[in-house]
Amino acid sequence: MNPRASLRRMRVTVAKEFLQLRRDPRRYRLLLIAPVLQLVVFGYAVSTDVRHTATFVVDGDRTAASRQLVEAFIAAGYFDLAATSQRAADAVAALDRGDATVALVIPAGYAADLAAGNAEVQVLLAGTNSNLATVALGYAERIVQSHSAGVAAELPPPAVELRDRAWFNPALESRNYNVPAVVGAIIMLVCMLLTSLAVVREREIGTLEQLMVSPIRPLELIAGKTVPFALIGLVDLVLITLVAVFWFDVPFAGSPALLLLAGVLFLLPALGVGLLISTVSKTQQEAFMASFLVFMPTILLSGFLFPVDSMPAAFRWLSLLNPLRHFLEIVRGIFLKGTGPAELWPQHLALAAMGAALLGLAAARFRKRAD
Amino acid sequence: MSPRRLLAIARKEVRQLSRDTRSLLLAFLLPVLLLILFGYAISWDVRDVRTGVLDQDRSAAGRELLDAFRASGYFSITAVIDDPGEIRPLLDRGSVQAVLVIPPGFAADLGAGRTARVQALVDGSDANTATIVLGYARGVVASWAARRGGDGAEPPRPPLVAQTRVWFNEELESKNMIVPGLVAVIMMIVAAMLTSLTIAREWERGTMEQLAATPVTRLEVVMGKLLPYLVIGLLDVALSTALGVWLFGVPLRGSLLLLAALSLLFLLGALGLGMFISAITRSQILATQAAMIATFLPAFLLSGFMFAIEVMPRALQFVTYLVPARYFLVVTRGIFLKGVGVGVLHTQALLMLAFAAAGVGLAVASFRKELA
Repeated sequence: MNPRASLRRMRVTVAKEFLQLRRDPRRYRLLLIAPVLQLVVFGYAVSTDVRHTATFVVDGDRTAASRQLVEAFIAAGYFDLAATSQRAADAVAALDRGDATVALVIPAGYAADLAAGNAEVQVLLAGTNSNLATVALGYAERIVQSHSAGVAAELPPPAVELRDRAWFNPALESRNYNVPAVVGAIIMLVCMLLTSLAVVREREIGTLEQLMVSPIRPLELIAGKTVPFALIGLVDLVLITLVAVFWFDVPFAGSPALLLLAGVLFLLPALGVGLLISTVSKTQQEAFMASFLVFMPTILLSGFLFPVDSMPAAFRWLSLLNPLRHFLEIVRGIFLKGTGPAELWPQHLALAAMGAALLGLAAARFRKRAD
Repeated sequence: MSPRRLLAIARKEVRQLSRDTRSLLLAFLLPVLLLILFGYAISWDVRDVRTGVLDQDRSAAGRELLDAFRASGYFSITAVIDDPGEIRPLLDRGSVQAVLVIPPGFAADLGAGRTARVQALVDGSDANTATIVLGYARGVVASWAARRGGDGAEPPRPPLVAQTRVWFNEELESKNMIVPGLVAVIMMIVAAMLTSLTIAREWERGTMEQLAATPVTRLEVVMGKLLPYLVIGLLDVALSTALGVWLFGVPLRGSLLLLAALSLLFLLGALGLGMFISAITRSQILATQAAMIATFLPAFLLSGFMFAIEVMPRALQFVTYLVPARYFLVVTRGIFLKGVGVGVLHTQALLMLAFAAAGVGLAVASFRKELA
C-alpha cells in the first residue's frame, strides 16, 4: 500500500463529498443555518425556572389582611395574578381548563383568625407538570411562612438559620446549564444523522458500485466520507458557542482551546455511530429510523434534561458508554466552572477511546460489496 | 375519488412496507424504548444528594444535625472535609453536589440561645436540582431546630399556615407528567419519520414516473399513502397508552374513546405535514432533516412536554401556538390526569380538526404528478 496514493484517494473522496454538498444549496444552507436557529429558539425554551406562574386567587375574606397576603404572594415574582373570584368553584374550573397552575384560597374569616393567631389558607397546585409544581410548592410555602413571621413580630428568632450559596451559577438560572448542553445535542444530531445517510445513499442510488470499481479502499472511503461532516460539525460548534455566549450571555469561564479539542474528540464517536448505522442499513429510511433509535437514548441518558444522579445505578453505569454524557460534562465544566484538563482528562480520554472503537467497528463492517 | 384506486395505492404502500420489516420493527420499537427509558431510567426526582461535610465545631449538636441530614433520605454524606480549601476542587470535579459547613461556635450559640448558623453550598450549575436541594436542606434544618427547641413539647404554632394540596398528580411523579406527553411526541416522530420519505423516495428512485403514468388522482395518492401509516400510528398510540397505564400505573381518568378520536385527527395532520415536506423536498436526506426541524424538535421542546410554556419569553410563547403538539398535549394530559371531557377540550378538538384539514390539504396541494 502506497501511503501517498492512499492520501490522494482520500482527498479525492473528500472533494467529491464537498462537491456533492455544494451542488445542493438547500442542504448546505440547512446545515449551517438550522443549528444556529435551533439554538436561538430552544435556548429560550429550555428553562425550568419557575417565574410568573399563572395564579388564581379566591379571596373569600376581602379584608385588608387578605389583600396584604395576596400582595405578598404576587410581589415575590414567582406568581402572576391570573384572575380573582370569591367562589372556590371558579378556582377548580381554572385548574381544570389549565388557565391557572396555582390557586390561593383565602377563606372567609381569615382576618379574624389571623388576629387570633390561627389562620389557615389553602394553596392548590396542578401537578400536571410535576417539576414546576414541586418548585412552585416550595416557593408558596416560603412566602406564606415569611408573611406569617412578619405578622407575628414578637415570635422568637429562629434557633438555627441556614445560609445558602449556589456556586458557579449564583442566580440559579437554568438556562446557563441547559444552553451549553443544547450545543452538544445539536452537534450530535447533525453529525450522526448526516453520516448515517452517507453510505446508504450511495447504495440506494446505485453509485456505490461505481465506488467499488475504483481503486479506493474501505478505510479511505470511510475517512473521505467523515472528514467533510467533521468540518461542518466543527464550524457548527464554533457558531453555536458564539451564539450561546454573545446572545444568551451564558458565562464562559474556561478555555476555548480545550472546548475545541473536546469538540474534535466528540465528533469521532458521533460520526462513528452514524457510519456504523450507515453500513448496516439497506435504505435511507431504515438508516434514519435507526439513527433516531440511537439518538433518543443517547440524549435522554446524557444528563441533558434529566440529571444522571437521578437515574437508577444500572443506568448510571450504562451512561458511561454514552459519548454525549462525557461531552456535556466537559462543556458544562468549561462554560460554568472554568475547569481545565486536570479535572476533565478522564472525559477526554473516554471520548477518544469510544471514537476509535466506533470508527474501527464501522470500517470493519463496511464491505465493498453491493449486497 | 375512486375507493378502488385509493385502496390499490394503499395496498402497494403496505406491500412495500412489509418487505422492509426492519423499518416496521423500528416503528414499534421506538415507543417501547422511549416509555421504558422515561418509566424506569430518568426522572427529575432528587434523592441521595452527594454531600460533603465540613464540621469546624466538632460538637455533639453539630453531629446531631448531620445525622438529621443523613436520616432525611435526601442527603448521603460521601466526603468528610477538614479544610475549607478542599471544597472548591470537590465541587469542580463534581464529586459532591452540596457541602454543609458547621462553623466554630455552633454548639455554643445554640446553648446560649443565640441564632446558630449553618451554611449550605450547592453546585448551582444545574439550577433545577440546586433549587430542590436547597429546599430539602431548609426543611431538614427547620424541623431539626423545631424538634430540639421544643424538647418534646409542641413548638408554638405560627399564626398563619398554608395547607397545600396537589391535584391531578398527587405524588408529583414525573412519569405522570411525561407519559401522556410522550404519546403526542411519539406520534409526531412516527409520522415525521415514516411519511417524510414516502414521496421523496419515489422521486429519488424514479418510480414517480410509473405512478404518473397511472390514472390515480393526487388525492388518491396522498390518502392511499397515508392510510397504512395512519394504522401504524394508531397502533403506536394504543401500545404506548397500554404500557403507560398497565406497566407504569399512569392514571387514565378520562374517556378512551375521546383520546382515540382526537389522536386520529392529530395523526392525520402530522402525517399530512410529513407528506407535504416529502413532496416539496423530493430528496430523502433533505426531507428527513426538514421533518426533524419542523416537527420533532418543536414537539419535544416547544409543546410544553418538558418545559412549561408559561415560563417562556412572550415572543416564544407566540411561536408555540404554531406547534400543533402543544394543543394535543393539553388533550392527552387533560384526558389522562384531569379526566376532563369535550366540555373543556372543545377548543383543542376544533384546532385538531383544523390541523388535520390543513395537513392533508397541504399534502394534496403540494403534490405534483407532472415530471418537471
